[in-house]
Amino acid sequence: MALTGLDIFKLLPKTNCKKCGMPTCLAFAMALAQKRAKLDDCPDVSQEAKDKLAAAAAPPMQKVVFGTGDAQVQIGQETVLFRHEEKFHSPTVLGASVSDKLAGDELLDRIKAVNALQFERVGMKIGARAVALVNDSGSAETFAKAAATVKGNSELAMILVTQSTEAMAAAAAQVKDGMPLLANATLETADEMAKIAKANGCPLVASAESIEDLADLSEKIKAAGVENIVLELKSSGLNEKLFDHSRVRALGLRKVFRPLGYPIISFVTEGDADAQAASAISLICKYSGVVIVDMVEPYAFLAMLTAVMNVFTDPQKPVQVEPKVYSIGEPDENSPVMFTTNFSLTYYTVESDVEASRIPSYIIVVDTEGTSVLTAYSGDKLNEKTVADAMAKFGIENMVKHRKLIIPGYVAVMSGKLEEATNWEVMVGPRECSMLPKYLQEVWN
Amino acid sequence: MPVPQVVESFAGSVNRVTLGATKDDGGTRNSTVTVGGAKNVVYGGSAEDAGETPVVAMDVLDSKPTDWPDALIEPYKDVIDSPADWAKKCVEEFGAEMICIKFEGIHPDKGDKDADHAVKVTEDVLKAVAVPLVLWGCGNDEKDNQVMPKVSGAAKGEKCLIGAVTEDNYKSLTAIALADGHFLITQAPLDINIAKQVNILASDMGFPLERIVTFQSTGALGYGIEYAYSIQERQRLAALAGDKMMAMPAICDVGYEAWRAKEAKLEDAPGWGGAADRGPMWETATATCLLQAGVDIIRMRHPRAVATVKNFIDQVWKSNS
Repeated sequence: MALTGLDIFKLLPKTNCKKCGMPTCLAFAMALAQKRAKLDDCPDVSQEAKDKLAAAAAPPMQKVVFGTGDAQVQIGQETVLFRHEEKFHSPTVLGASVSDKLAGDELLDRIKAVNALQFERVGMKIGARAVALVNDSGSAETFAKAAATVKGNSELAMILVTQSTEAMAAAAAQVKDGMPLLANATLETADEMAKIAKANGCPLVASAESIEDLADLSEKIKAAGVENIVLELKSSGLNEKLFDHSRVRALGLRKVFRPLGYPIISFVTEGDADAQAASAISLICKYSGVVIVDMVEPYAFLAMLTAVMNVFTDPQKPVQVEPKVYSIGEPDENSPVMFTTNFSLTYYTVESDVEASRIPSYIIVVDTEGTSVLTAYSGDKLNEKTVADAMAKFGIENMVKHRKLIIPGYVAVMSGKLEEATNWEVMVGPRECSMLPKYLQEVWN
Repeated sequence: MPVPQVVESFAGSVNRVTLGATKDDGGTRNSTVTVGGAKNVVYGGSAEDAGETPVVAMDVLDSKPTDWPDALIEPYKDVIDSPADWAKKCVEEFGAEMICIKFEGIHPDKGDKDADHAVKVTEDVLKAVAVPLVLWGCGNDEKDNQVMPKVSGAAKGEKCLIGAVTEDNYKSLTAIALADGHFLITQAPLDINIAKQVNILASDMGFPLERIVTFQSTGALGYGIEYAYSIQERQRLAALAGDKMMAMPAICDVGYEAWRAKEAKLEDAPGWGGAADRGPMWETATATCLLQAGVDIIRMRHPRAVATVKNFIDQVWKSNS
């Protein structure tokens, strides 16, 4: 939360010297609050005031990065509680755990299974972005050795999970050039863990059972010289955790309570893959920068990753698909041709229903600046000219022998003009694309 | 360390709605379902502010589904021809707290069955199960106006949730639902202004706001869920701000939407895991995601997804009551 004019006024020299160009210090303070003036304009301001004002201007949630190279991940810097207020900024990093009790091929297989959790969806690559090595063995030596194996066999950003300072020191020293996230420090181990994090240049997870303890702990770690902190709430159950996460988010962003102005990490270990995915999705929606699950099922990851993608979409910007001709199935020169708009939701709904018809088809996507059929038509972005231009530009006439064009039922009114503009026969399709399978099977078989 | 208080003083809350009429109440249901009552956003404030536990209404189709993928047919293959047996299985084996009869088969393009058929299905299901019912038309205005008033009459006094009425087609169903003592579903196409408008229209006809449940339309995971998500959050915030026209509990249609997704129904998808797992997962994920935004009744289809979602709800809502 930004300081008010009065808050700033208290920090100024209150001499009304006019050197800043304003008649009084209070006027200058008001101008500062509205960002119409710069603090540098005041020659007499104290260092203390400068520090306080700089701190107030800092983003309410710290950015934290871990991992290196292309696999480096960034979390934090969120600004709102609800995505419609602006947007969520740093998509949750999803990952899976690997136990250091595994050895040899079993360890390698698990690492490979985590690495393999990569998918392509609506033209974007999504996948697991972190691997968390858990010190189940209790041995520092085993943990350090397994950490080296994980690092040697996975590009993904690494998280080292142990309560033992001895194990953490041994493993962090092994893999520090991969900049792993160290999980975790508790009130008991804070000093020692902070020392390890500092020595190896790694970010550190602060883990506590209550919000109050967590605030103490993050301050303690910060005082020990570690700036990059991630919070973990060891709440008693999922229910309590979700309420706690909401409170931490509100405290960090709305109250700018700095001890809680860090991203959150969640570990999901209970239940089968389906139950873990359900918990993980709730923790993604409710403010986790990182979620680590204890399974490697592709079907569950595809769903969780899609949830991240959707929840972190910018609500102000419609997602668009590239305007071009899309082939559904393996269409040939006798296949049906239809068009729709480049609003991704419109396109993918049409695509899904055309697929369901099992009739190979061409879909021409007209550039309507990411608007739906009716909106584009009302806004004159979908008319006989834009459709004819798209057809010419993409060379649809060379792809099919016939000259029949199926148009969305909602724009039936443009049929006449479109026939004139293209010399194609216009066939009016259904209004709702869920009726497309039936329509295509009737008119095209 | 002392931590600042986060105090939100909300003027409004979500209406509490009790569906289903028991014998004492003039109906034949053995149980009722109460939803709504939230006094904060999801997980906001304290656990007591969360209101009633969300419920799952399991879909039963009036006619044998023609386009369901094998993975979804499988759990119902022995009852798929009989809505009554199907409903019974949902309640007795899968723990459905409500049954939603979806009158798909009355649609002119999907069987064009008549009112007599729909009335018989309603009566059979009412006899077969004793949980509260949702009665949902096919979406074709003309056919719904012919059939749904008769369906309403067949369930008169049972306090069903009936719908859905839209901005363009609300009069006949609103009038009959009022007369038959039912609760009304008002539908909007992912547009919060239209949602409010439909509620105003129904209210202008004398339908009590406390008997309305809103349907904002649902997008499946990967297919527009973010729109539904934000509209549900905004609906909840509007209710909390004291907007009486937005204070209704919300219903969403997860089953139908999730199983339309390619990720759910594609048989062979290398690298995505088996079809038997993917469909239930897509439905589970869509439902759990919407629960984070604030929905009260979730229409679902696959028993495995229902079990996972009910278990999630138990963990998160019931653990503090």
